[in-house]
Amino acid sequence: MTDTKNIWVFIEQDEGQIADVSLELLAKAQELAGSLGGEVCALLCGHDVDELAQTAISHGAGRVLLIDHPELALYRSLPYARAVTDLVRDRRPYICLFGATSVGRDLAPRVASAARVGLTADCTDLQIGDYNSKKDKQLYKDLLYQIRPAFGGNIIATIVNPRTRPQMATVREGVMRLQPPDDTREGVIERIEPVIEDQDLVLQVLSRQVRQSTVHLKDSPIVVAGGAGASCKEDFELIRELAHVLGGEVGASRAAVDAGFISPEHQVGQTGITVRPRLYIAAGISGAIQHRAGMDQSNKIIAINTDPNAPIFQVAHYKIVGDLAEVIPLLISALREKAK
Amino acid sequence: MPSEQNYKLVVLVKQVPDTHNVTSDAMKEDGTMNRAVLPAIFNPEDLNALEMALAFKERYGGEVTVLTMGPSKAAEVLRESLYRGADRVVLITDRKFAGADTLATSYTLKSAVEKLGAFDVVFCGRQAIDGDTAQVGPQTAEKLGIPQITYAESIVELSGGEIVVQRALDRGMEMVKCSLPCLLTVVASANRPRPASARKRIEYKLAATPFEYQDVLEKWPEFETVEALEAYLAERSLQIPVWSAADLDVEEDKLGLEGSPTQVYKINFVVLETRDSKEVSPTQEGVETLVQELVQEYVVG
Ligand SMILES: Cc1cc2nc3c(=O)[nH]c(=O)nc-3n(C[C@H](O)[C@H](O)[C@H](O)COP(=O)(O)OP(=O)(O)OC[C@H]3O[C@@H](n4cnc5c(N)ncnc54)[C@H](O)[C@@H]3O)c2cc1C
Repeated sequence: MTDTKNIWVFIEQDEGQIADVSLELLAKAQELAGSLGGEVCALLCGHDVDELAQTAISHGAGRVLLIDHPELALYRSLPYARAVTDLVRDRRPYICLFGATSVGRDLAPRVASAARVGLTADCTDLQIGDYNSKKDKQLYKDLLYQIRPAFGGNIIATIVNPRTRPQMATVREGVMRLQPPDDTREGVIERIEPVIEDQDLVLQVLSRQVRQSTVHLKDSPIVVAGGAGASCKEDFELIRELAHVLGGEVGASRAAVDAGFISPEHQVGQTGITVRPRLYIAAGISGAIQHRAGMDQSNKIIAINTDPNAPIFQVAHYKIVGDLAEVIPLLISALREKAK
Repeated sequence: MPSEQNYKLVVLVKQVPDTHNVTSDAMKEDGTMNRAVLPAIFNPEDLNALEMALAFKERYGGEVTVLTMGPSKAAEVLRESLYRGADRVVLITDRKFAGADTLATSYTLKSAVEKLGAFDVVFCGRQAIDGDTAQVGPQTAEKLGIPQITYAESIVELSGGEIVVQRALDRGMEMVKCSLPCLLTVVASANRPRPASARKRIEYKLAATPFEYQDVLEKWPEFETVEALEAYLAERSLQIPVWSAADLDVEEDKLGLEGSPTQVYKINFVVLETRDSKEVSPTQEGVETLVQELVQEYVVG
């Protein structure tokens, strides 16, 4: 094991566009590197993606490990896992972070398994700290604290990987804050030749249909979110209407997504998106920790719930105890009235 | 029509606490989970995986084996699998497996799949609702040295030893073609899992692991002795086999807590600091005052 404490961030790109979560992770990696003294490296895989290296540098990478190969043009588990695992095994970075996207959640576990290291999914915070292991009777300094709600809620677990390197974690979009790029930053671009074997090419992508997301939850200054308290699709229409009147986006709890009221892209929380809008309205949402993790940093929170003891009220600035089917129409007409 | 073949299909399932319905009385004061009050259920997406395997068998031929790793009580999900049409089930249980993280779990599952012999497709649910990690599927595939197709939504076609699968991604879909063997992780939107069949429920009513013989005897005293029950079950293939660590080709230090690189450093009970919140009455007047205040503070424009 080397002493260098480098932090790698897997840069997810699709057709020349870097995923926001990768840039958010670069910002976080820089902050972590501040207390560790290591280098932030962007792990950029693809084909003809040289231009993206500069974007990664502007967002905080001191070094870009550029793995370019025609077989990496489109994401596929095996060639990507091969390229990333080989490099991880060879250099053993201290920490390796991935976005918890459909790519990151496909790739990271495969790499962790091959490198035989631990991996923590959907972290809501990452910090550096010491760990005194009772099991090994040893003090480990400067580990990555991988923090996430656990087991049904009400618990926040801090997970560590004391002995294996890299320490790996995935993080959802929006959890870490995106920092503006600084084009004056300089960094090293290092080209890596991957060795991809025939057996890595047994899967072919026949076709793909990728929609541009029309949901702009993360950037919306106003989010109106509905939960299982909206007992039917009609109730959920009220949520949409209120969002429309306010010029905001529609959010949802997982229960609302599971009930089929709305598509998963709208889910707020630990396994959805983290938002920090100017105004967050939670209607019919109980306020489970996994939901709060994605919204409690909002500037102003209004909660509407029939249960005066719902945990959501504890993070709310405005508390309305009432039936959303009655309260939301009142809100809508008051807002329309004001606009006149 | 494709010729009927004897495809070997393996489904990995898990029994989970029903975290979708956690109530406050499920939490103990010290912040740990009172598992006893939570119903244990068949992990929802594992039912979708089982359904996809059963539909595969009906379409192309084959045999469906369901494996679960868990405490002895997890035999319940194996019986549920038999009621739905699984041909064979195995419980993988041992104290040595306890405390496993996803790496140690996938190592154990890989060894169990290998013990079954040759296979064509392994099906898993995308993720289990108690942790939502979605890691065990890909990690088991890696350990088996086979490709993975995550987020599988449907099997479009199978021909010449190659499978065409539609995947549901964050923002769209993808069609991929892959040679067998491979591992699929199946999403909830893939299908509507069939209910248990009434006929099979009767047929497999007595299916049990040796851990359960005592309970069965209490319910069906006519068997009188464990030996009599065992003979009866053996004759009708109703014994659910149990594999322990000793039955698998495994290195013990890669199992359970010992084989898990992740450790829990601490658990914090979430103490909510109650914000100073203003109570707004759910009336026209209350709501109008609120809107005015938001406008004055430039929260809404
Ligand atoms: C690993 C894991 C990850 C998870 N990730 C997420 C995540 O990212 N996001 C997320 O949201 N959840 C997540 N969850 C689920 C979370 O634990 C809760 O189950 C979920 O947030 C509950 O949604 P809800 O508040 O809409 O439903 P419920 O908890 O059922 O609450 C419904 C609320 O509506 C109120 N209500 C009922 N009728 C009315 C009415 N007419 N008017 C007003 N109020 C009414 C009720 O009083 C209640 O408070 C996760 C869980 C796990 C285990």
